[in-house]
Amino acid sequence: MVNHVTRDMELRQRAWDAAAQVVDPEIPVLTIADLGVLRDVSVHDGEIEVAITPTYSGCPAMNMIAVEIEVALERAGFRKPMVRTVLSPAWTTDWMSDDGRRKLKEYGIAPPQAGSGRRALFGVEQVACPQCGSTDTETLSEFGSTSCKALWRCKSCREPFDYFKCH
Amino acid sequence: MTVASITVSETPLVLYALRRADDALILGHRLSEWCGHAPMLEEDMALANMGLDLLGQARELYAYAAKVEGKDNTEDTFAYLRDVRQYRNLLLVEQQNGDFARTMVRQFFYSAFADLYWRTMMTSRDATLAAIAAKSEKESAYHLRHSSEWMVRLGDGTEESHRRAQIAIDDLWAFTGEMFSVDDSERGLVDAGIAVDPETLRPQWLKIVSGVLAEATLARPANDWMQKGGRIGHHTEHLGHLLSELQSMQRSFPGATW
Repeated sequence: MVNHVTRDMELRQRAWDAAAQVVDPEIPVLTIADLGVLRDVSVHDGEIEVAITPTYSGCPAMNMIAVEIEVALERAGFRKPMVRTVLSPAWTTDWMSDDGRRKLKEYGIAPPQAGSGRRALFGVEQVACPQCGSTDTETLSEFGSTSCKALWRCKSCREPFDYFKCH
Repeated sequence: MTVASITVSETPLVLYALRRADDALILGHRLSEWCGHAPMLEEDMALANMGLDLLGQARELYAYAAKVEGKDNTEDTFAYLRDVRQYRNLLLVEQQNGDFARTMVRQFFYSAFADLYWRTMMTSRDATLAAIAAKSEKESAYHLRHSSEWMVRLGDGTEESHRRAQIAIDDLWAFTGEMFSVDDSERGLVDAGIAVDPETLRPQWLKIVSGVLAEATLARPANDWMQKGGRIGHHTEHLGHLLSELQSMQRSFPGATW
Protein backbone atom coordinates (compact mmCIF):
# COMPACT_ATOMS: atom_id res chain seq x y z
CA MET A 1 0.00 0.00 0.00
CA VAL A 2 2.74 2.41 1.00
CA ASN A 3 4.72 1.42 -2.08
CA HIS A 4 1.67 2.05 -4.20
CA VAL A 5 1.22 5.56 -2.80
CA THR A 6 4.91 6.34 -3.17
CA ARG A 7 4.84 5.15 -6.76
CA ASP A 8 1.85 7.34 -7.57
CA MET A 9 3.57 10.34 -6.00
CA GLU A 10 6.67 9.72 -8.03
CA LEU A 11 4.63 9.30 -11.20
CA ARG A 12 2.75 12.48 -10.46
CA GLN A 13 5.97 14.44 -9.91
CA ARG A 14 7.51 13.10 -13.12
CA ALA A 15 4.37 13.94 -15.06
CA TRP A 16 4.19 17.42 -13.51
CA ASP A 17 7.83 18.08 -14.42
CA ALA A 18 7.19 17.00 -18.01
CA ALA A 19 3.98 19.04 -18.39
CA ALA A 20 5.51 22.07 -16.67
CA GLN A 21 8.10 22.34 -19.48
CA VAL A 22 5.44 23.10 -22.09
CA VAL A 23 5.59 26.72 -23.21
CA ASP A 24 2.86 29.11 -24.26
CA PRO A 25 3.03 29.09 -28.09
CA GLU A 26 2.34 32.83 -28.18
CA ILE A 27 4.78 33.80 -25.42
CA PRO A 28 7.46 31.14 -25.76
CA VAL A 29 9.55 32.41 -22.81
CA LEU A 30 6.80 31.40 -20.40
CA THR A 31 6.00 27.84 -19.43
CA ILE A 32 2.43 26.91 -18.56
CA ALA A 33 3.65 26.51 -14.97
CA ASP A 34 4.95 30.11 -14.97
CA LEU A 35 1.59 31.27 -16.29
CA GLY A 36 -0.47 29.36 -13.77
CA VAL A 37 -2.29 27.59 -16.61
CA LEU A 38 -1.11 24.21 -15.32
CA ARG A 39 -3.49 23.55 -12.42
CA ASP A 40 -3.13 19.93 -11.43
CA VAL A 41 -1.68 16.57 -12.32
CA SER A 42 -3.31 13.44 -10.95
CA VAL A 43 -2.72 9.71 -11.24
CA HIS A 44 -5.58 7.23 -11.59
CA ASP A 45 -4.56 3.56 -11.82
CA GLY A 46 -1.24 4.57 -13.33
CA GLU A 47 -2.88 6.88 -15.89
CA ILE A 48 -2.07 10.57 -15.93
CA GLU A 49 -4.61 13.35 -16.04
CA VAL A 50 -3.49 16.95 -16.42
CA ALA A 51 -5.82 19.85 -15.62
CA ILE A 52 -5.28 23.19 -17.33
CA THR A 53 -7.26 26.42 -17.15
CA PRO A 54 -7.70 28.93 -19.98
CA THR A 55 -6.43 32.47 -19.57
CA TYR A 56 -9.26 33.90 -21.70
CA SER A 57 -12.34 31.96 -22.87
CA GLY A 58 -11.42 32.24 -26.51
CA CYS A 59 -7.66 31.86 -26.20
CA PRO A 60 -6.68 29.87 -29.30
CA ALA A 61 -3.44 28.77 -27.64
CA MET A 62 -5.33 26.35 -25.36
CA ASN A 63 -5.81 23.67 -28.01
CA MET A 64 -2.16 23.90 -28.91
CA ILE A 65 -1.12 23.71 -25.25
CA ALA A 66 -3.27 20.60 -24.70
CA VAL A 67 -1.63 18.85 -27.65
CA GLU A 68 1.85 19.90 -26.50
CA ILE A 69 1.18 18.47 -23.03
CA GLU A 70 0.15 15.13 -24.52
CA VAL A 71 3.27 15.04 -26.64
CA ALA A 72 5.51 15.99 -23.69
CA LEU A 73 4.01 13.29 -21.48
CA GLU A 74 4.22 10.63 -24.17
CA ARG A 75 7.84 11.56 -24.70
CA ALA A 76 8.39 11.14 -20.95
CA GLY A 77 6.99 7.61 -21.22
CA PHE A 78 3.38 8.10 -20.16
CA ARG A 79 0.83 6.34 -22.30
CA LYS A 80 -2.44 7.98 -23.27
CA PRO A 81 -2.28 11.00 -20.98
CA MET A 82 -5.56 12.89 -20.53
CA VAL A 83 -5.77 16.68 -20.62
CA ARG A 84 -8.80 18.23 -19.00
CA THR A 85 -9.84 21.90 -19.03
CA VAL A 86 -11.11 23.36 -15.77
CA LEU A 87 -12.80 26.76 -15.60
CA SER A 88 -13.13 27.19 -11.87
CA PRO A 89 -11.55 28.94 -10.12
CA ALA A 90 -11.12 31.38 -13.01
CA TRP A 91 -7.54 32.07 -14.02
CA THR A 92 -6.01 35.29 -12.79
CA THR A 93 -2.69 37.01 -13.46
CA ASP A 94 -2.07 36.70 -9.69
CA TRP A 95 -1.11 33.10 -10.40
CA MET A 96 1.80 34.10 -12.58
CA SER A 97 5.05 33.22 -10.85
CA ASP A 98 7.69 35.83 -9.97
CA ASP A 99 10.03 33.98 -12.26
CA GLY A 100 7.43 34.30 -15.02
CA ARG A 101 7.10 38.05 -14.45
CA ARG A 102 10.86 38.49 -14.67
CA LYS A 103 11.07 36.43 -17.86
CA LEU A 104 8.23 38.43 -19.43
CA LYS A 105 9.99 41.71 -18.74
CA GLU A 106 13.27 40.45 -20.14
CA TYR A 107 11.38 39.34 -23.25
CA GLY A 108 10.08 42.89 -23.73
CA ILE A 109 6.54 42.46 -22.37
CA ALA A 110 5.51 44.53 -19.35
CA PRO A 111 4.26 42.11 -16.69
CA PRO A 112 0.73 42.45 -15.24
CA GLN A 113 0.32 44.73 -12.29
CA ALA A 114 -2.42 44.78 -9.74
CA GLY A 115 -4.58 47.69 -8.73
CA SER A 116 -5.98 48.81 -12.06
CA GLY A 117 -9.68 49.60 -11.95
CA ARG A 118 -11.38 47.35 -14.45
CA ARG A 119 -14.55 49.38 -14.66
CA ALA A 120 -13.28 52.95 -14.53
CA LEU A 121 -13.44 54.69 -17.90
CA PHE A 122 -10.24 56.08 -19.35
CA GLY A 123 -8.49 54.61 -16.31
CA VAL A 124 -4.93 55.61 -15.66
CA GLU A 125 -2.43 52.83 -15.11
CA GLN A 126 1.25 53.21 -14.39
CA VAL A 127 3.02 50.67 -16.53
CA ALA A 128 6.78 50.82 -16.76
CA CYS A 129 8.37 50.47 -20.19
CA PRO A 130 10.10 47.07 -20.34
CA GLN A 131 12.83 48.58 -22.54
CA CYS A 132 13.96 51.69 -20.68
CA GLY A 133 12.03 51.49 -17.40
CA SER A 134 10.32 54.87 -17.77
CA THR A 135 6.78 55.17 -16.43
CA ASP A 136 6.02 57.95 -18.90
CA THR A 137 3.93 55.58 -21.02
CA GLU A 138 0.50 55.54 -22.65
CA THR A 139 -2.09 53.03 -23.87
CA LEU A 140 -2.43 52.65 -27.62
CA SER A 141 -5.03 49.90 -27.50
CA GLU A 142 -6.51 47.85 -24.69
CA PHE A 143 -6.48 44.90 -27.04
CA GLY A 144 -3.17 43.74 -28.38
CA SER A 145 -1.56 40.98 -30.41
CA THR A 146 -3.14 38.25 -28.24
CA SER A 147 -6.15 38.13 -25.91
CA CYS A 148 -3.98 38.60 -22.85
CA LYS A 149 -2.04 41.65 -24.00
CA ALA A 150 -2.61 45.37 -24.53
CA LEU A 151 -0.59 47.65 -26.77
CA TRP A 152 1.34 50.48 -25.10
CA ARG A 153 3.91 53.08 -26.08
CA CYS A 154 6.76 54.57 -24.12
CA LYS A 155 6.84 58.35 -24.44
CA SER A 156 10.42 58.42 -23.19
CA CYS A 157 12.18 55.98 -25.57
CA ARG A 158 9.30 56.08 -28.12
CA GLU A 159 9.20 52.28 -28.36
CA PRO A 160 5.84 50.52 -28.53
CA PHE A 161 5.50 47.52 -26.24
CA ASP A 162 3.09 44.79 -25.18
CA TYR A 163 1.60 44.87 -21.70
CA PHE A 164 0.32 41.63 -20.19
CA LYS A 165 -3.08 42.77 -18.92
CA CYS A 166 -4.07 42.34 -15.32
CA HIS A 167 -6.95 39.88 -15.29
CA MET B 1 -24.82 18.43 -51.32
CA THR B 2 -26.41 19.78 -48.21
CA VAL B 3 -26.90 18.39 -44.75
CA ALA B 4 -30.08 18.39 -42.68
CA SER B 5 -30.49 20.38 -39.51
CA ILE B 6 -30.25 18.64 -36.16
CA THR B 7 -33.08 18.31 -33.69
CA VAL B 8 -32.56 19.52 -30.14
CA SER B 9 -34.36 18.38 -27.00
CA GLU B 10 -34.85 21.79 -25.47
CA THR B 11 -35.29 20.99 -21.82
CA PRO B 12 -35.18 24.20 -19.74
CA LEU B 13 -31.48 23.94 -18.88
CA VAL B 14 -30.44 23.01 -22.44
CA LEU B 15 -32.47 25.89 -23.81
CA TYR B 16 -31.06 28.27 -21.20
CA ALA B 17 -27.48 27.44 -22.11
CA LEU B 18 -28.23 27.55 -25.85
CA ARG B 19 -29.79 31.00 -25.63
CA ARG B 20 -26.69 32.46 -23.98
CA ALA B 21 -24.39 30.52 -26.28
CA ASP B 22 -26.26 31.86 -29.32
CA ASP B 23 -25.99 35.44 -28.00
CA ALA B 24 -22.23 35.07 -27.70
CA LEU B 25 -21.73 33.27 -31.01
CA ILE B 26 -23.82 35.67 -33.08
CA LEU B 27 -22.38 38.82 -31.54
CA GLY B 28 -18.89 37.34 -31.82
CA HIS B 29 -19.51 36.57 -35.48
CA ARG B 30 -20.75 40.10 -36.11
CA LEU B 31 -17.56 41.49 -34.57
CA SER B 32 -15.45 39.14 -36.67
CA GLU B 33 -17.02 40.70 -39.79
CA TRP B 34 -15.03 43.84 -38.97
CA CYS B 35 -11.73 42.00 -39.24
CA GLY B 36 -9.65 43.92 -41.77
CA HIS B 37 -12.26 46.68 -42.08
CA ALA B 38 -12.10 48.64 -38.82
CA PRO B 39 -11.32 52.36 -38.91
CA MET B 40 -7.82 51.78 -37.53
CA LEU B 41 -5.52 48.90 -36.78
CA GLU B 42 -5.88 49.09 -32.99
CA GLU B 43 -9.65 48.94 -33.27
CA ASP B 44 -9.46 46.08 -35.75
CA MET B 45 -7.57 44.11 -33.12
CA ALA B 46 -9.95 45.18 -30.36
CA LEU B 47 -13.03 44.03 -32.26
CA ALA B 48 -11.43 40.71 -33.20
CA ASN B 49 -10.30 40.22 -29.59
CA MET B 50 -13.77 40.82 -28.23
CA GLY B 51 -15.19 38.51 -30.88
CA LEU B 52 -12.75 35.84 -29.78
CA ASP B 53 -13.77 36.21 -26.13
CA LEU B 54 -17.41 35.79 -27.14
CA LEU B 55 -16.61 32.78 -29.29
CA GLY B 56 -14.86 31.21 -26.31
CA GLN B 57 -17.87 31.85 -24.10
CA ALA B 58 -20.15 30.36 -26.77
CA ARG B 59 -18.04 27.21 -26.96
CA GLU B 60 -18.20 26.65 -23.20
CA LEU B 61 -21.96 27.14 -23.20
CA TYR B 62 -22.56 24.91 -26.24
CA ALA B 63 -20.37 22.20 -24.74
CA TYR B 64 -22.41 22.38 -21.56
CA ALA B 65 -25.72 22.30 -23.46
CA ALA B 66 -24.48 19.20 -25.30
CA LYS B 67 -23.51 17.54 -22.04
CA VAL B 68 -26.84 18.31 -20.37
CA GLU B 69 -28.81 17.18 -23.42
CA GLY B 70 -26.83 13.93 -23.45
CA LYS B 71 -27.44 13.10 -27.12
CA ASP B 72 -25.22 13.21 -30.18
CA ASN B 73 -25.12 16.99 -30.48
CA THR B 74 -21.84 18.82 -29.98
CA GLU B 75 -20.76 22.44 -29.86
CA ASP B 76 -20.14 22.22 -33.61
CA THR B 77 -23.52 20.77 -34.55
CA PHE B 78 -25.27 23.41 -32.43
CA ALA B 79 -23.42 26.16 -34.26
CA TYR B 80 -23.38 24.78 -37.77
CA LEU B 81 -26.44 22.61 -38.13
CA ARG B 82 -29.35 24.54 -36.72
CA ASP B 83 -31.57 26.57 -38.98
CA VAL B 84 -32.44 30.20 -38.31
CA ARG B 85 -35.69 29.32 -36.52
CA GLN B 86 -33.73 27.09 -34.13
CA TYR B 87 -31.45 29.92 -33.06
CA ARG B 88 -32.33 31.46 -29.70
CA ASN B 89 -30.25 34.62 -29.52
CA LEU B 90 -31.41 38.13 -28.68
CA LEU B 91 -32.50 40.23 -31.66
CA LEU B 92 -30.03 42.91 -30.56
CA VAL B 93 -26.92 40.85 -31.26
CA GLU B 94 -27.93 39.83 -34.79
CA GLN B 95 -28.43 43.42 -35.96
CA GLN B 96 -26.08 44.40 -38.76
CA ASN B 97 -22.80 46.16 -38.02
CA GLY B 98 -23.76 49.29 -39.91
CA ASP B 99 -21.22 52.01 -39.29
CA PHE B 100 -18.72 51.93 -36.42
CA ALA B 101 -21.08 53.88 -34.14
CA ARG B 102 -23.83 51.31 -34.60
CA THR B 103 -21.45 48.44 -33.83
CA MET B 104 -20.29 50.21 -30.68
CA VAL B 105 -23.81 51.07 -29.48
CA ARG B 106 -24.85 47.43 -29.93
CA GLN B 107 -21.75 46.34 -28.03
CA PHE B 108 -22.36 48.88 -25.29
CA PHE B 109 -26.00 47.90 -24.72
CA TYR B 110 -25.10 44.20 -24.65
CA SER B 111 -21.92 44.53 -22.58
CA ALA B 112 -23.62 46.70 -19.97
CA PHE B 113 -26.05 43.82 -19.53
CA ALA B 114 -23.56 40.97 -19.85
CA ASP B 115 -21.23 42.48 -17.27
CA LEU B 116 -24.02 42.61 -14.65
CA TYR B 117 -25.46 39.29 -15.76
CA TRP B 118 -22.27 37.24 -15.55
CA ARG B 119 -21.26 38.83 -12.28
CA THR B 120 -24.59 37.79 -10.78
CA MET B 121 -24.44 34.34 -12.36
CA MET B 122 -21.20 33.62 -10.49
CA THR B 123 -23.43 32.61 -7.57
CA SER B 124 -25.60 30.27 -9.67
CA ARG B 125 -26.32 26.93 -8.01
CA ASP B 126 -25.28 25.30 -11.27
CA ALA B 127 -21.51 24.83 -10.85
CA THR B 128 -20.74 24.85 -14.59
CA LEU B 129 -22.72 28.00 -15.29
CA ALA B 130 -21.10 29.66 -12.28
CA ALA B 131 -17.64 28.74 -13.60
CA ILE B 132 -18.44 30.03 -17.10
CA ALA B 133 -19.77 33.20 -15.48
CA ALA B 134 -16.56 33.74 -13.51
CA LYS B 135 -14.54 33.70 -16.74
CA SER B 136 -17.01 35.68 -18.81
CA GLU B 137 -17.41 38.38 -16.18
CA LYS B 138 -13.77 39.40 -16.49
CA GLU B 139 -14.06 39.64 -20.26
CA SER B 140 -17.38 41.50 -20.19
CA ALA B 141 -15.85 44.13 -17.90
CA TYR B 142 -13.29 44.89 -20.62
CA HIS B 143 -15.91 44.94 -23.35
CA LEU B 144 -18.07 47.33 -21.35
CA ARG B 145 -15.22 49.67 -20.61
CA HIS B 146 -14.07 49.65 -24.22
CA SER B 147 -17.52 50.32 -25.67
CA SER B 148 -18.34 52.91 -22.96
CA GLU B 149 -15.22 54.87 -23.81
CA TRP B 150 -16.23 54.84 -27.46
CA MET B 151 -19.71 56.09 -26.56
CA VAL B 152 -18.07 59.10 -24.93
CA ARG B 153 -15.62 59.68 -27.78
CA LEU B 154 -18.32 59.43 -30.43
CA GLY B 155 -21.08 61.27 -28.58
CA ASP B 156 -18.85 64.02 -27.28
CA GLY B 157 -16.71 64.05 -30.42
CA THR B 158 -17.60 65.77 -33.66
CA GLU B 159 -21.02 66.79 -34.88
CA GLU B 160 -20.98 63.89 -37.33
CA SER B 161 -19.91 61.25 -34.79
CA HIS B 162 -22.54 62.53 -32.36
CA ARG B 163 -25.23 62.39 -35.03
CA ARG B 164 -24.37 58.84 -36.04
CA ALA B 165 -24.15 57.58 -32.46
CA GLN B 166 -27.57 59.07 -31.65
CA ILE B 167 -29.14 57.45 -34.73
CA ALA B 168 -27.72 54.08 -33.71
CA ILE B 169 -29.03 54.47 -30.16
CA ASP B 170 -32.49 55.41 -31.39
CA ASP B 171 -32.56 52.49 -33.85
CA LEU B 172 -31.29 49.82 -31.46
CA TRP B 173 -33.11 50.90 -28.32
CA ALA B 174 -36.21 48.81 -29.08
CA PHE B 175 -34.06 45.65 -29.02
CA THR B 176 -32.81 46.17 -25.47
CA GLY B 177 -35.96 45.11 -23.61
CA GLU B 178 -35.60 41.48 -24.67
CA MET B 179 -32.54 41.10 -22.44
CA PHE B 180 -34.75 41.41 -19.38
CA SER B 181 -37.56 39.05 -20.31
CA VAL B 182 -38.16 35.69 -18.67
CA ASP B 183 -40.48 32.99 -20.02
CA ASP B 184 -41.98 29.96 -18.28
CA SER B 185 -39.06 27.79 -19.29
CA GLU B 186 -36.64 30.06 -17.43
CA ARG B 187 -38.88 30.87 -14.48
CA GLY B 188 -38.30 27.43 -12.98
CA LEU B 189 -34.52 27.87 -13.26
CA VAL B 190 -34.75 31.28 -11.61
CA ASP B 191 -36.77 29.78 -8.76
CA ALA B 192 -34.19 27.01 -8.38
CA GLY B 193 -31.33 29.51 -8.06
CA ILE B 194 -29.75 28.30 -11.30
CA ALA B 195 -30.63 31.36 -13.36
CA VAL B 196 -30.77 35.06 -12.60
CA ASP B 197 -34.02 36.95 -12.98
CA PRO B 198 -32.76 39.57 -15.46
CA GLU B 199 -35.55 41.95 -14.44
CA THR B 200 -33.63 42.50 -11.20
CA LEU B 201 -30.67 43.76 -13.26
CA ARG B 202 -32.66 46.33 -15.19
CA PRO B 203 -32.40 49.28 -12.74
CA GLN B 204 -28.63 48.98 -12.61
CA TRP B 205 -28.37 48.52 -16.38
CA LEU B 206 -30.41 51.68 -16.89
CA LYS B 207 -28.21 53.53 -14.44
CA ILE B 208 -25.00 52.48 -16.23
CA VAL B 209 -26.42 53.24 -19.67
CA SER B 210 -27.87 56.59 -18.60
CA GLY B 211 -24.62 57.59 -16.92
CA VAL B 212 -22.46 56.88 -19.95
CA LEU B 213 -24.94 58.44 -22.39
CA ALA B 214 -25.10 61.58 -20.27
CA GLU B 215 -21.32 61.85 -20.23
CA ALA B 216 -21.38 61.31 -23.98
CA THR B 217 -23.98 64.11 -24.41
CA LEU B 218 -26.29 61.56 -26.03
CA ALA B 219 -29.99 61.22 -25.33
CA ARG B 220 -31.58 58.10 -23.93
CA PRO B 221 -34.70 57.33 -25.98
CA ALA B 222 -37.97 57.85 -24.15
CA ASN B 223 -39.95 55.13 -25.91
CA ASP B 224 -40.40 51.89 -24.01
CA TRP B 225 -42.05 49.75 -26.67
CA MET B 226 -39.76 46.77 -27.07
CA GLN B 227 -39.28 44.25 -29.86
CA LYS B 228 -38.81 40.59 -29.00
CA GLY B 229 -38.92 37.11 -30.47
CA GLY B 230 -35.31 35.96 -30.72
CA ARG B 231 -35.58 33.70 -27.68
CA ILE B 232 -38.26 31.61 -29.46
CA GLY B 233 -36.66 31.70 -32.89
CA HIS B 234 -38.55 34.63 -34.43
CA HIS B 235 -35.69 36.63 -35.86
CA THR B 236 -35.13 39.72 -37.94
CA GLU B 237 -34.19 39.10 -41.57
CA HIS B 238 -30.52 39.64 -40.79
CA LEU B 239 -29.83 36.40 -38.93
CA GLY B 240 -30.48 34.10 -41.91
CA HIS B 241 -27.89 35.93 -43.98
CA LEU B 242 -25.38 35.74 -41.15
CA LEU B 243 -25.94 31.99 -40.73
CA SER B 244 -25.67 31.31 -44.46
CA GLU B 245 -22.11 32.57 -44.25
CA LEU B 246 -21.28 31.06 -40.86
CA GLN B 247 -22.62 27.63 -41.84
CA SER B 248 -21.85 27.40 -45.55
CA MET B 249 -18.80 25.18 -45.19
CA GLN B 250 -20.44 22.58 -42.98
CA ARG B 251 -23.67 22.63 -45.00
CA SER B 252 -21.83 22.16 -48.30
CA PHE B 253 -19.15 19.76 -47.09
CA PRO B 254 -20.67 17.94 -44.11
CA GLY B 255 -18.11 17.03 -41.47
CA ALA B 256 -15.27 18.85 -43.24
CA THR B 257 -12.20 19.29 -41.04
CA TRP B 258 -8.81 20.87 -41.62
